[in-house]
Amino acid sequence: MTGHATSNAWSSLKGAAALAAPPLAEKRRTFDGRVLLGFFLPIAVAVLWELAVRFGLAQGRLVPPPSRIFTTLLALAETGELWTHVWATLWRVLVGFVLGAAGGIVLGGLSGSAETIRRLLDPTLQALRAIPSIAWVPLFILWLGIFEASKVALIAVGVFFPVYLGIAGAILSVDRKLVEVGQVFRLSRYKLAKRILLPAVLPEALISLRSGLGLGFMFVVAAEFMGASEGLGYLLVDGQQMGKPDQILAAIIAFALLGKLADSLLVFSTRPLVRWQDVVRERL
Amino acid sequence: MLSLEHLTKIYADGTRALADINLSVRESEIVALIGGSGCGKTTLLRLIAGLDKASAGAIRLDDETITEPHPAIGIVFQEPRLLPWLSVADNVAFGLEALSTPERKARVEHALEKIGLAEHERRWPRDLSGGQQQRVAIARAFVAHPKVLLLDEPFSALDAFTRASLHEHLLTLWEETRPTVVLVTHDVQEAVTLADRAIVMQPKPGRIFDELPLSLARPRDKTGLPFETSVRRVLTALDHSLNTPHQEQPRERDRQAAALWW
Ligand SMILES: Nc1ncnc2c1ncn2[C@@H]1O[C@H](COP(=O)(O)OP(=O)(O)OP(=O)(O)O)[C@@H](O)[C@H]1O
Ligand SMILES: [Mg+2]
Repeated sequence: MTGHATSNAWSSLKGAAALAAPPLAEKRRTFDGRVLLGFFLPIAVAVLWELAVRFGLAQGRLVPPPSRIFTTLLALAETGELWTHVWATLWRVLVGFVLGAAGGIVLGGLSGSAETIRRLLDPTLQALRAIPSIAWVPLFILWLGIFEASKVALIAVGVFFPVYLGIAGAILSVDRKLVEVGQVFRLSRYKLAKRILLPAVLPEALISLRSGLGLGFMFVVAAEFMGASEGLGYLLVDGQQMGKPDQILAAIIAFALLGKLADSLLVFSTRPLVRWQDVVRERL
Repeated sequence: MLSLEHLTKIYADGTRALADINLSVRESEIVALIGGSGCGKTTLLRLIAGLDKASAGAIRLDDETITEPHPAIGIVFQEPRLLPWLSVADNVAFGLEALSTPERKARVEHALEKIGLAEHERRWPRDLSGGQQQRVAIARAFVAHPKVLLLDEPFSALDAFTRASLHEHLLTLWEETRPTVVLVTHDVQEAVTLADRAIVMQPKPGRIFDELPLSLARPRDKTGLPFETSVRRVLTALDHSLNTPHQEQPRERDRQAAALWW
Protein backbone atom coordinates (compact mmCIF):
# COMPACT_ATOMS: atom_id res chain seq x y z
CA MET A 1 0.00 0.00 0.00
CA THR A 2 2.64 2.51 1.11
CA GLY A 3 5.10 1.39 -1.54
CA HIS A 4 2.44 1.89 -4.14
CA ALA A 5 1.70 5.39 -2.85
CA THR A 6 5.32 6.47 -2.80
CA SER A 7 6.02 5.16 -6.28
CA ASN A 8 2.96 7.03 -7.44
CA ALA A 9 4.18 10.23 -5.86
CA TRP A 10 7.59 9.73 -7.36
CA SER A 11 6.29 9.18 -10.86
CA SER A 12 4.03 12.23 -10.67
CA LEU A 13 7.05 14.27 -9.61
CA LYS A 14 8.93 12.99 -12.63
CA GLY A 15 5.90 13.72 -14.77
CA ALA A 16 5.91 17.31 -13.61
CA ALA A 17 9.57 17.65 -14.46
CA ALA A 18 8.93 16.25 -17.91
CA LEU A 19 6.01 18.60 -18.46
CA ALA A 20 8.19 21.64 -17.81
CA ALA A 21 9.47 22.75 -21.19
CA PRO A 22 13.08 21.65 -21.68
CA PRO A 23 15.51 24.46 -22.50
CA LEU A 24 16.69 24.65 -26.09
CA ALA A 25 20.22 23.47 -25.42
CA GLU A 26 18.91 20.35 -23.76
CA LYS A 27 16.67 19.68 -26.73
CA ARG A 28 19.66 19.67 -29.01
CA ARG A 29 21.51 17.26 -26.74
CA THR A 30 18.56 14.85 -26.61
CA PHE A 31 18.45 14.90 -30.43
CA ASP A 32 22.03 13.62 -30.62
CA GLY A 33 21.15 11.01 -28.02
CA ARG A 34 18.21 9.80 -30.05
CA VAL A 35 20.42 8.91 -33.01
CA LEU A 36 22.50 6.70 -30.75
CA LEU A 37 19.34 5.23 -29.24
CA GLY A 38 18.99 2.98 -32.27
CA PHE A 39 22.24 1.21 -31.38
CA PHE A 40 21.21 0.64 -27.80
CA LEU A 41 19.02 -2.44 -28.22
CA PRO A 42 21.30 -4.61 -30.40
CA ILE A 43 24.39 -3.71 -28.37
CA ALA A 44 22.63 -4.34 -25.07
CA VAL A 45 21.41 -7.72 -26.27
CA ALA A 46 24.88 -8.60 -27.59
CA VAL A 47 26.60 -7.58 -24.36
CA LEU A 48 24.06 -9.36 -22.17
CA TRP A 49 24.35 -12.53 -24.20
CA GLU A 50 28.12 -12.33 -24.17
CA LEU A 51 28.11 -11.94 -20.38
CA ALA A 52 25.57 -14.72 -19.94
CA VAL A 53 27.78 -17.13 -21.87
CA ARG A 54 30.96 -15.93 -20.13
CA PHE A 55 29.48 -16.50 -16.69
CA GLY A 56 28.15 -19.89 -17.65
CA LEU A 57 24.48 -18.91 -17.44
CA ALA A 58 23.97 -20.14 -20.99
CA GLN A 59 25.82 -22.62 -23.15
CA GLY A 60 25.95 -20.58 -26.32
CA ARG A 61 26.18 -23.67 -28.49
CA LEU A 62 23.21 -22.95 -30.74
CA VAL A 63 23.34 -19.19 -30.29
CA PRO A 64 27.03 -18.33 -30.13
CA PRO A 65 28.11 -15.16 -28.30
CA PRO A 66 29.14 -12.13 -30.40
CA SER A 67 32.82 -12.64 -29.73
CA ARG A 68 32.74 -16.10 -31.29
CA ILE A 69 30.84 -14.88 -34.36
CA PHE A 70 33.39 -12.14 -34.74
CA THR A 71 36.30 -14.58 -34.39
CA THR A 72 34.74 -16.84 -37.01
CA LEU A 73 34.30 -13.91 -39.36
CA LEU A 74 37.93 -12.88 -38.81
CA ALA A 75 39.19 -16.39 -39.34
CA LEU A 76 37.22 -16.71 -42.57
CA ALA A 77 38.64 -13.40 -43.72
CA GLU A 78 42.20 -14.36 -42.84
CA THR A 79 42.17 -17.62 -44.74
CA GLY A 80 40.75 -15.70 -47.68
CA GLU A 81 37.76 -18.04 -47.72
CA LEU A 82 35.37 -15.18 -46.93
CA TRP A 83 36.49 -13.16 -49.94
CA THR A 84 36.01 -16.07 -52.31
CA HIS A 85 32.44 -16.38 -51.10
CA VAL A 86 31.81 -12.65 -51.09
CA TRP A 87 33.08 -12.30 -54.66
CA ALA A 88 31.05 -15.25 -55.87
CA THR A 89 27.88 -13.77 -54.39
CA LEU A 90 28.63 -10.24 -55.53
CA TRP A 91 29.37 -11.36 -59.05
CA ARG A 92 26.07 -13.23 -59.31
CA VAL A 93 24.10 -10.30 -57.94
CA LEU A 94 25.89 -7.89 -60.24
CA VAL A 95 25.32 -9.88 -63.43
CA GLY A 96 21.74 -10.71 -62.48
CA PHE A 97 21.05 -7.11 -61.53
CA VAL A 98 22.51 -5.71 -64.75
CA LEU A 99 20.52 -8.16 -66.90
CA GLY A 100 17.28 -7.74 -64.97
CA ALA A 101 17.56 -3.97 -64.69
CA ALA A 102 18.41 -3.59 -68.39
CA GLY A 103 15.40 -5.68 -69.32
CA GLY A 104 13.20 -3.77 -66.90
CA ILE A 105 14.39 -0.40 -68.18
CA VAL A 106 13.93 -1.29 -71.85
CA LEU A 107 10.53 -2.97 -71.53
CA GLY A 108 9.33 -0.52 -68.88
CA GLY A 109 10.40 2.37 -71.11
CA LEU A 110 8.61 0.93 -74.12
CA SER A 111 5.50 0.05 -72.18
CA GLY A 112 5.40 3.45 -70.51
CA SER A 113 5.86 5.50 -73.64
CA ALA A 114 3.89 3.66 -76.30
CA GLU A 115 0.23 2.82 -75.78
CA THR A 116 0.20 -0.06 -78.28
CA ILE A 117 3.24 -1.73 -76.81
CA ARG A 118 1.77 -1.37 -73.34
CA ARG A 119 -1.44 -3.10 -74.40
CA LEU A 120 0.65 -5.82 -76.01
CA LEU A 121 3.16 -6.40 -73.21
CA ASP A 122 1.71 -5.37 -69.93
CA PRO A 123 -0.98 -8.05 -69.41
CA THR A 124 1.51 -10.85 -70.03
CA LEU A 125 4.14 -9.34 -67.77
CA GLN A 126 1.59 -8.71 -65.02
CA ALA A 127 0.52 -12.34 -65.24
CA LEU A 128 4.12 -13.53 -65.04
CA ARG A 129 4.68 -11.25 -62.08
CA ALA A 130 1.99 -13.11 -60.17
CA ILE A 131 4.18 -16.24 -60.23
CA PRO A 132 6.46 -16.44 -57.18
CA SER A 133 9.90 -16.15 -58.72
CA ILE A 134 11.25 -19.13 -56.80
CA ALA A 135 8.77 -21.28 -58.68
CA TRP A 136 10.93 -20.84 -61.78
CA VAL A 137 13.87 -22.62 -60.15
CA PRO A 138 13.13 -26.16 -61.38
CA LEU A 139 12.60 -24.92 -64.93
CA PHE A 140 15.74 -22.80 -64.89
CA ILE A 141 17.75 -25.77 -63.66
CA LEU A 142 16.32 -27.95 -66.42
CA TRP A 143 16.98 -25.34 -69.08
CA LEU A 144 20.20 -23.76 -67.90
CA GLY A 145 21.87 -26.40 -65.75
CA ILE A 146 22.78 -26.22 -62.09
CA PHE A 147 25.69 -23.83 -62.49
CA GLU A 148 25.91 -20.08 -62.80
CA ALA A 149 23.41 -19.48 -65.62
CA SER A 150 20.36 -20.69 -63.70
CA LYS A 151 21.33 -18.69 -60.60
CA VAL A 152 21.88 -15.49 -62.54
CA ALA A 153 18.60 -16.03 -64.38
CA LEU A 154 16.68 -16.32 -61.12
CA ILE A 155 18.25 -13.12 -59.79
CA ALA A 156 17.56 -11.31 -63.06
CA VAL A 157 13.89 -12.30 -62.90
CA GLY A 158 13.69 -11.02 -59.34
CA VAL A 159 15.26 -7.70 -60.31
CA PHE A 160 13.27 -7.32 -63.52
CA PHE A 161 9.77 -6.85 -62.15
CA PRO A 162 10.22 -3.97 -59.71
CA VAL A 163 12.34 -2.14 -62.27
CA TYR A 164 9.81 -2.73 -65.06
CA LEU A 165 6.88 -1.58 -62.94
CA GLY A 166 8.78 1.42 -61.55
CA ILE A 167 9.94 2.70 -64.93
CA ALA A 168 6.63 2.20 -66.72
CA GLY A 169 4.73 3.81 -63.84
CA ALA A 170 7.14 6.72 -63.65
CA ILE A 171 6.77 7.48 -67.35
CA LEU A 172 2.98 7.26 -67.19
CA SER A 173 2.87 9.68 -64.28
CA VAL A 174 5.08 12.38 -65.82
CA ASP A 175 3.35 15.73 -65.44
CA ARG A 176 1.47 16.61 -68.65
CA LYS A 177 2.17 20.26 -67.89
CA LEU A 178 5.91 19.79 -68.29
CA VAL A 179 5.44 17.76 -71.46
CA GLU A 180 3.46 20.69 -72.87
CA VAL A 181 6.41 22.98 -72.25
CA GLY A 182 8.41 20.70 -74.54
CA GLN A 183 5.63 20.71 -77.13
CA VAL A 184 5.41 24.49 -77.14
CA PHE A 185 9.10 24.58 -78.04
CA ARG A 186 8.42 21.94 -80.72
CA LEU A 187 10.77 19.26 -79.44
CA SER A 188 10.87 16.13 -81.56
CA ARG A 189 9.78 12.84 -79.97
CA TYR A 190 13.39 11.94 -79.32
CA LYS A 191 14.28 15.34 -77.86
CA LEU A 192 11.15 15.30 -75.72
CA ALA A 193 12.18 11.94 -74.29
CA LYS A 194 15.72 13.12 -73.67
CA ARG A 195 15.08 16.60 -72.31
CA ILE A 196 11.83 16.14 -70.40
CA LEU A 197 10.78 12.52 -69.87
CA LEU A 198 14.18 11.14 -68.89
CA PRO A 199 15.02 13.70 -66.21
CA ALA A 200 11.43 13.64 -64.95
CA VAL A 201 11.41 9.86 -64.39
CA LEU A 202 14.93 9.67 -62.98
CA PRO A 203 14.06 9.89 -59.26
CA GLU A 204 11.42 7.17 -59.45
CA ALA A 205 13.60 5.08 -61.73
CA LEU A 206 16.39 5.15 -59.17
CA ILE A 207 14.02 4.09 -56.41
CA SER A 208 12.90 1.12 -58.50
CA LEU A 209 16.54 0.21 -59.18
CA ARG A 210 17.17 0.25 -55.44
CA SER A 211 14.29 -2.06 -54.70
CA GLY A 212 15.48 -4.24 -57.59
CA LEU A 213 18.92 -4.44 -56.03
CA GLY A 214 17.38 -5.39 -52.69
CA LEU A 215 15.47 -8.22 -54.33
CA GLY A 216 18.65 -9.26 -56.13
CA PHE A 217 20.27 -9.92 -52.76
CA MET A 218 17.19 -11.82 -51.64
CA PHE A 219 17.23 -14.07 -54.67
CA VAL A 220 20.95 -14.71 -54.61
CA VAL A 221 20.43 -16.53 -51.31
CA ALA A 222 17.68 -18.62 -52.82
CA ALA A 223 19.87 -19.31 -55.85
CA GLU A 224 22.80 -20.37 -53.72
CA PHE A 225 20.58 -22.64 -51.63
CA MET A 226 19.85 -24.49 -54.87
CA GLY A 227 23.31 -25.96 -54.67
CA ALA A 228 26.50 -23.98 -54.91
CA SER A 229 30.08 -24.66 -53.95
CA GLU A 230 30.83 -21.07 -53.11
CA GLY A 231 29.03 -17.90 -52.16
CA LEU A 232 27.67 -16.57 -48.90
CA GLY A 233 24.53 -18.64 -49.39
CA TYR A 234 26.74 -21.71 -49.56
CA LEU A 235 28.34 -20.65 -46.27
CA LEU A 236 24.85 -20.60 -44.75
CA VAL A 237 23.95 -24.08 -45.97
CA ASP A 238 27.37 -25.41 -45.04
CA GLY A 239 27.03 -23.93 -41.55
CA GLN A 240 23.71 -25.66 -41.12
CA GLN A 241 24.94 -29.03 -42.35
CA MET A 242 28.11 -28.90 -40.25
CA GLY A 243 26.27 -27.56 -37.21
CA LYS A 244 28.23 -24.31 -37.12
CA PRO A 245 25.81 -21.58 -36.05
CA ASP A 246 28.66 -19.09 -35.75
CA GLN A 247 29.42 -19.54 -39.43
CA ILE A 248 25.75 -19.02 -40.30
CA LEU A 249 25.61 -15.81 -38.30
CA ALA A 250 28.91 -14.64 -39.75
CA ALA A 251 27.48 -15.14 -43.24
CA ILE A 252 24.31 -13.29 -42.29
CA ILE A 253 26.34 -10.36 -41.03
CA ALA A 254 28.37 -10.38 -44.23
CA PHE A 255 25.12 -10.30 -46.21
CA ALA A 256 23.84 -7.35 -44.20
CA LEU A 257 27.04 -5.37 -44.70
CA LEU A 258 27.25 -6.22 -48.39
CA GLY A 259 23.62 -5.31 -49.07
CA LYS A 260 23.91 -2.02 -47.24
CA LEU A 261 27.18 -1.23 -49.01
CA ALA A 262 25.77 -1.93 -52.47
CA ASP A 263 22.66 0.14 -51.76
CA SER A 264 24.69 3.07 -50.43
CA LEU A 265 26.95 2.87 -53.46
CA LEU A 266 23.95 3.07 -55.78
CA VAL A 267 22.44 5.98 -53.86
CA PHE A 268 25.73 7.80 -53.57
CA SER A 269 26.75 7.43 -57.21
CA THR A 270 23.37 8.66 -58.48
CA ARG A 271 22.91 11.47 -55.97
CA PRO A 272 24.24 14.19 -58.35
CA LEU A 273 21.56 13.23 -60.90
CA VAL A 274 18.67 14.01 -58.57
CA ARG A 275 20.14 16.82 -56.54
CA TRP A 276 17.49 19.19 -57.92
CA GLN A 277 14.69 17.33 -56.18
CA ASP A 278 12.64 19.34 -53.74
CA VAL A 279 12.12 16.71 -51.09
CA VAL A 280 11.83 16.64 -47.34
CA ARG A 281 14.97 14.56 -46.87
CA GLU A 282 17.28 17.29 -48.15
CA ARG A 283 15.59 20.02 -46.19
CA LEU A 284 16.18 18.31 -42.84
CA MET B 1 -1.40 39.98 -87.72
CA LEU B 2 -3.11 37.29 -85.70
CA SER B 3 -6.65 36.51 -86.71
CA LEU B 4 -9.22 34.11 -85.34
CA GLU B 5 -12.04 33.20 -87.71
CA HIS B 6 -15.23 31.54 -86.50
CA LEU B 7 -13.20 29.69 -83.92
CA THR B 8 -15.20 27.02 -82.11
CA LYS B 9 -14.14 24.44 -79.58
CA ILE B 10 -16.31 21.62 -78.31
CA TYR B 11 -14.58 19.26 -75.88
CA ALA B 12 -14.96 15.50 -76.13
CA ASP B 13 -17.52 15.53 -73.32
CA GLY B 14 -19.73 17.97 -75.24
CA THR B 15 -18.74 21.14 -73.35
CA ARG B 16 -19.04 24.11 -75.71
CA ALA B 17 -16.00 26.01 -74.50
CA LEU B 18 -15.87 28.47 -77.42
CA ALA B 19 -18.47 29.38 -80.01
CA ASP B 20 -17.72 31.42 -83.13
CA ILE B 21 -14.90 33.64 -81.92
CA ASN B 22 -13.82 36.30 -84.41
CA LEU B 23 -10.92 38.52 -83.51
CA SER B 24 -7.92 40.10 -85.12
CA VAL B 25 -4.95 41.43 -83.24
CA ARG B 26 -2.56 43.87 -84.92
CA GLU B 27 1.19 43.51 -84.82
CA SER B 28 2.64 44.70 -81.49
CA GLU B 29 -0.82 45.17 -80.03
CA ILE B 30 -1.47 44.13 -76.42
CA VAL B 31 -4.91 42.64 -75.98
CA ALA B 32 -6.44 41.69 -72.64
CA LEU B 33 -9.03 38.91 -72.45
CA ILE B 34 -11.32 39.39 -69.46
CA GLY B 35 -14.22 37.28 -68.36
CA GLY B 36 -15.72 35.18 -65.62
CA SER B 37 -14.39 31.78 -64.73
CA GLY B 38 -15.06 29.09 -67.31
CA CYS B 39 -15.73 31.33 -70.28
CA GLY B 40 -13.03 29.68 -72.36
CA LYS B 41 -10.06 32.00 -71.99
CA THR B 42 -7.55 29.22 -71.34
CA THR B 43 -9.12 27.16 -74.10
CA LEU B 44 -8.65 30.04 -76.53
CA LEU B 45 -4.96 30.46 -75.64
CA ARG B 46 -4.34 26.72 -75.91
CA LEU B 47 -5.83 26.73 -79.40
CA ILE B 48 -3.64 29.65 -80.49
CA ALA B 49 -0.59 27.95 -78.97
CA GLY B 50 -1.37 24.85 -81.01
CA LEU B 51 -1.71 22.65 -77.93
CA ASP B 52 -5.34 21.76 -78.75
CA LYS B 53 -7.23 21.50 -82.02
CA ALA B 54 -10.20 23.71 -82.87
CA SER B 55 -13.51 21.99 -83.64
CA ALA B 56 -14.24 24.55 -86.35
CA GLY B 57 -12.81 27.81 -87.66
CA ALA B 58 -9.22 28.81 -88.18
CA ILE B 59 -6.34 30.65 -86.59
CA ARG B 60 -4.08 32.57 -88.91
CA LEU B 61 -0.79 34.26 -88.24
CA ASP B 62 0.25 36.36 -91.27
CA ASP B 63 -1.55 33.99 -93.67
CA GLU B 64 -0.16 30.88 -92.03
CA THR B 65 -2.75 28.57 -90.51
CA ILE B 66 -1.92 27.45 -86.98
CA THR B 67 -2.74 23.84 -86.11
CA GLU B 68 0.28 22.92 -84.03
CA PRO B 69 2.87 24.76 -81.92
CA HIS B 70 4.51 27.43 -84.06
CA PRO B 71 8.00 28.89 -83.56
CA ALA B 72 6.65 32.44 -83.67
CA ILE B 73 4.10 31.83 -80.89
CA GLY B 74 5.15 31.63 -77.25
CA ILE B 75 3.05 31.00 -74.18
CA VAL B 76 3.38 31.61 -70.45
CA PHE B 77 1.08 29.35 -68.47
CA GLN B 78 -0.85 30.13 -65.34
CA GLU B 79 1.79 28.23 -63.34
CA PRO B 80 5.52 28.85 -63.94
CA ARG B 81 6.05 25.28 -65.24
CA LEU B 82 9.81 25.52 -64.84
CA LEU B 83 11.77 22.31 -65.29
CA PRO B 84 12.93 21.49 -61.75
CA TRP B 85 16.12 19.76 -62.91
CA LEU B 86 17.44 22.81 -64.78
CA SER B 87 19.03 25.88 -63.24
CA VAL B 88 17.34 29.23 -63.71
CA ALA B 89 19.62 30.11 -66.63
CA ASP B 90 19.10 26.72 -68.31
CA ASN B 91 15.35 27.08 -67.91
CA VAL B 92 15.44 30.42 -69.68
CA ALA B 93 17.62 28.90 -72.40
CA PHE B 94 15.31 25.90 -72.85
CA GLY B 95 13.86 26.99 -76.19
CA LEU B 96 17.13 28.28 -77.64
CA GLU B 97 18.83 25.01 -78.50
CA ALA B 98 19.12 25.96 -82.17
CA LEU B 99 21.22 29.06 -81.41
CA SER B 100 24.99 29.12 -81.10
CA THR B 101 26.31 28.98 -77.54
CA PRO B 102 27.55 32.60 -77.33
CA GLU B 103 24.33 33.98 -78.77
CA ARG B 104 22.26 31.84 -76.40
CA LYS B 105 24.32 32.98 -73.43
CA ALA B 106 24.03 36.60 -74.39
CA ARG B 107 20.27 36.44 -74.77
CA VAL B 108 19.77 34.59 -71.48
CA GLU B 109 22.03 36.93 -69.56
CA HIS B 110 20.32 39.94 -71.00
CA ALA B 111 16.85 38.61 -70.18
CA LEU B 112 17.85 37.69 -66.63
CA GLU B 113 19.19 41.16 -66.12
CA LYS B 114 15.98 42.69 -67.41
CA ILE B 115 13.86 40.70 -64.99
CA GLY B 116 16.27 41.33 -62.14
CA LEU B 117 17.34 37.75 -61.55
CA ALA B 118 20.93 37.89 -62.81
CA GLU B 119 22.39 36.86 -59.46
CA HIS B 120 20.07 33.85 -59.25
CA GLU B 121 21.04 32.28 -62.57
CA ARG B 122 22.73 29.21 -61.07
CA ARG B 123 20.01 28.37 -58.54
CA TRP B 124 17.34 25.69 -58.78
CA PRO B 125 13.74 26.73 -59.42
CA ARG B 126 12.76 25.25 -56.05
CA ASP B 127 14.85 27.91 -54.30
CA LEU B 128 12.98 30.82 -55.91
CA SER B 129 9.88 32.59 -54.67
CA GLY B 130 6.65 32.28 -56.63
CA GLY B 131 7.06 35.70 -58.21
CA GLN B 132 10.66 34.97 -59.19
CA GLN B 133 9.62 31.68 -60.78
CA GLN B 134 6.93 33.44 -62.79
CA ARG B 135 9.52 35.97 -63.97
CA VAL B 136 11.76 33.14 -65.16
CA ALA B 137 8.82 31.66 -67.06
CA ILE B 138 8.18 35.01 -68.75
CA ALA B 139 11.87 35.34 -69.64
CA ARG B 140 11.84 31.80 -71.09
CA ALA B 141 9.06 32.81 -73.46
CA PHE B 142 10.58 36.19 -74.35
CA VAL B 143 14.11 35.04 -75.20
CA ALA B 144 12.79 33.00 -78.13
CA HIS B 145 11.65 36.35 -79.63
CA PRO B 146 8.14 35.22 -80.53
CA LYS B 147 5.94 37.33 -82.77
CA VAL B 148 2.95 36.46 -80.62
CA LEU B 149 3.13 35.99 -76.88
CA LEU B 150 0.24 34.39 -75.00
CA LEU B 151 -0.03 34.98 -71.25
CA ASP B 152 -2.59 32.99 -69.24
CA GLU B 153 -3.21 34.83 -65.97
CA PRO B 154 0.52 34.84 -65.31
CA PHE B 155 0.25 37.04 -62.23
CA SER B 156 -2.97 35.84 -60.66
CA ALA B 157 -1.27 33.93 -57.85
CA LEU B 158 0.77 36.93 -56.72
CA ASP B 159 0.15 39.80 -54.35
CA ALA B 160 -0.68 43.27 -55.69
CA PHE B 161 2.77 44.67 -55.03
CA THR B 162 4.67 41.88 -56.80
CA ARG B 163 2.15 42.07 -59.59
CA ALA B 164 2.77 45.78 -60.14
CA SER B 165 6.52 45.26 -60.37
CA LEU B 166 6.03 42.34 -62.79
CA HIS B 167 3.87 44.56 -65.00
CA GLU B 168 6.84 46.86 -65.33
CA HIS B 169 9.22 43.99 -66.07
CA LEU B 170 6.81 42.73 -68.69
CA LEU B 171 6.56 46.13 -70.38
CA THR B 172 10.34 46.62 -70.48
CA LEU B 173 10.75 43.20 -72.09
CA TRP B 174 7.93 43.97 -74.49
CA GLU B 175 9.60 47.26 -75.55
CA GLU B 176 12.59 45.35 -76.94
CA THR B 177 10.95 43.14 -79.54
CA ARG B 178 7.38 44.49 -79.43
CA PRO B 179 5.57 41.21 -79.90
CA THR B 180 1.82 40.91 -80.20
CA VAL B 181 0.54 40.01 -76.72
CA VAL B 182 -2.68 38.25 -75.76
CA LEU B 183 -3.07 38.47 -72.00
CA VAL B 184 -5.74 36.61 -70.05
CA THR B 185 -6.62 38.20 -66.74
CA HIS B 186 -9.27 38.42 -64.05
CA ASP B 187 -7.95 41.76 -62.93
CA VAL B 188 -9.43 44.85 -64.57
CA GLN B 189 -6.65 47.09 -63.22
CA GLU B 190 -4.12 44.79 -64.83
CA ALA B 191 -5.91 44.93 -68.18
CA VAL B 192 -6.03 48.71 -68.12
CA THR B 193 -2.40 48.94 -67.05
CA LEU B 194 -1.08 46.79 -69.86
CA ALA B 195 -3.47 46.50 -72.77
CA ASP B 196 -4.36 48.51 -75.86
CA ARG B 197 -7.71 46.79 -76.04
CA ALA B 198 -9.86 44.80 -73.63
CA ILE B 199 -11.97 41.90 -74.91
CA VAL B 200 -14.76 40.96 -72.51
CA MET B 201 -15.88 37.35 -72.78
CA GLN B 202 -19.01 35.52 -71.72
CA PRO B 203 -19.49 31.89 -70.72
CA LYS B 204 -21.74 29.05 -71.89
CA PRO B 205 -20.75 28.93 -74.63
CA GLY B 206 -17.61 31.05 -74.50
CA ARG B 207 -17.91 34.02 -76.84
CA ILE B 208 -16.89 37.66 -77.13
CA PHE B 209 -19.31 40.03 -75.41
CA ASP B 210 -17.66 43.38 -76.01
CA GLU B 211 -14.43 45.09 -77.08
CA LEU B 212 -13.13 48.27 -75.45
CA PRO B 213 -10.17 50.26 -76.78
CA LEU B 214 -7.83 51.47 -74.04
CA SER B 215 -5.93 54.22 -75.80
CA LEU B 216 -4.17 55.80 -72.85
CA ALA B 217 -0.68 57.19 -73.30
CA ARG B 218 2.21 55.11 -71.95
CA PRO B 219 3.61 55.00 -69.34
CA ARG B 220 0.22 54.92 -67.70
CA ASP B 221 -0.50 56.88 -64.58
CA LYS B 222 -2.57 54.62 -62.38
CA THR B 223 -3.80 57.45 -60.20
CA GLY B 224 -4.99 59.69 -63.02
CA LEU B 225 -8.59 60.23 -64.02
CA PRO B 226 -8.38 58.64 -67.52
CA PHE B 227 -7.13 55.43 -65.89
CA GLU B 228 -10.02 55.46 -63.41
CA THR B 229 -12.53 56.07 -66.20
CA SER B 230 -11.18 53.18 -68.27
CA VAL B 231 -11.29 50.85 -65.28
CA ARG B 232 -14.89 51.82 -64.67
CA ARG B 233 -15.82 51.25 -68.33
CA VAL B 234 -14.31 47.78 -68.35
CA LEU B 235 -15.98 46.95 -65.04
CA THR B 236 -19.34 48.02 -66.39
CA ALA B 237 -18.91 45.88 -69.49
CA LEU B 238 -17.85 42.95 -67.31
CA ASP B 239 -20.93 43.44 -65.15
CA HIS B 240 -23.18 43.41 -68.18
CA SER B 241 -21.50 40.33 -69.52
CA LEU B 242 -22.27 38.50 -66.29
CA ASN B 243 -25.86 39.73 -66.11
CA THR B 244 -27.01 39.46 -69.72
CA PRO B 245 -27.91 35.77 -69.68
CA HIS B 246 -30.91 36.65 -67.47
CA GLN B 247 -31.92 39.56 -69.69
CA GLU B 248 -31.28 37.63 -72.86
CA GLN B 249 -33.48 34.69 -71.97
CA PRO B 250 -36.81 36.52 -72.44
CA ARG B 251 -35.51 38.01 -75.67
CA GLU B 252 -34.55 34.53 -76.82
CA ARG B 253 -38.04 33.30 -75.93
CA ASP B 254 -39.58 36.22 -77.83
CA ARG B 255 -37.53 35.34 -80.87
CA GLN B 256 -38.62 31.73 -80.69
CA ALA B 257 -42.21 32.80 -80.24
CA ALA B 258 -41.84 35.08 -83.21
CA ALA B 259 -40.41 32.22 -85.21
CA LEU B 260 -43.39 30.09 -84.28
CA TRP B 261 -45.74 32.88 -85.16
CA TRP B 262 -44.31 33.13 -88.61
N1 LIG C 1 -10.14 19.23 -71.16
C1 LIG C 1 -11.42 19.62 -71.02
N2 LIG C 1 -12.43 18.75 -71.23
C2 LIG C 1 -13.72 19.15 -71.11
N3 LIG C 1 -14.10 20.38 -70.77
C3 LIG C 1 -13.14 21.29 -70.54
C4 LIG C 1 -11.76 20.96 -70.64
N4 LIG C 1 -11.03 22.05 -70.35
C5 LIG C 1 -11.93 23.03 -70.08
N5 LIG C 1 -13.19 22.57 -70.20
C6 LIG C 1 -14.44 23.34 -70.01
O1 LIG C 1 -14.43 24.40 -70.94
C7 LIG C 1 -14.92 25.59 -70.37
C8 LIG C 1 -13.88 26.68 -70.52
O2 LIG C 1 -12.74 26.35 -69.74
P1 LIG C 1 -11.46 27.28 -69.65
O3 LIG C 1 -10.44 26.56 -68.86
O4 LIG C 1 -11.07 27.68 -71.02
O5 LIG C 1 -12.05 28.52 -68.84
P2 LIG C 1 -11.30 29.84 -68.37
O6 LIG C 1 -12.00 30.97 -69.00
O7 LIG C 1 -9.84 29.73 -68.60
O8 LIG C 1 -11.64 29.84 -66.82
P3 LIG C 1 -10.72 30.37 -65.60
O9 LIG C 1 -10.83 31.84 -65.63
O10 LIG C 1 -11.40 29.79 -64.42
O11 LIG C 1 -9.36 29.86 -65.82
C9 LIG C 1 -15.25 25.26 -68.93
O12 LIG C 1 -16.64 25.05 -68.83
C10 LIG C 1 -14.51 23.99 -68.65
O13 LIG C 1 -15.23 23.18 -67.76
MG1 LIG D 1 -8.08 29.59 -67.28
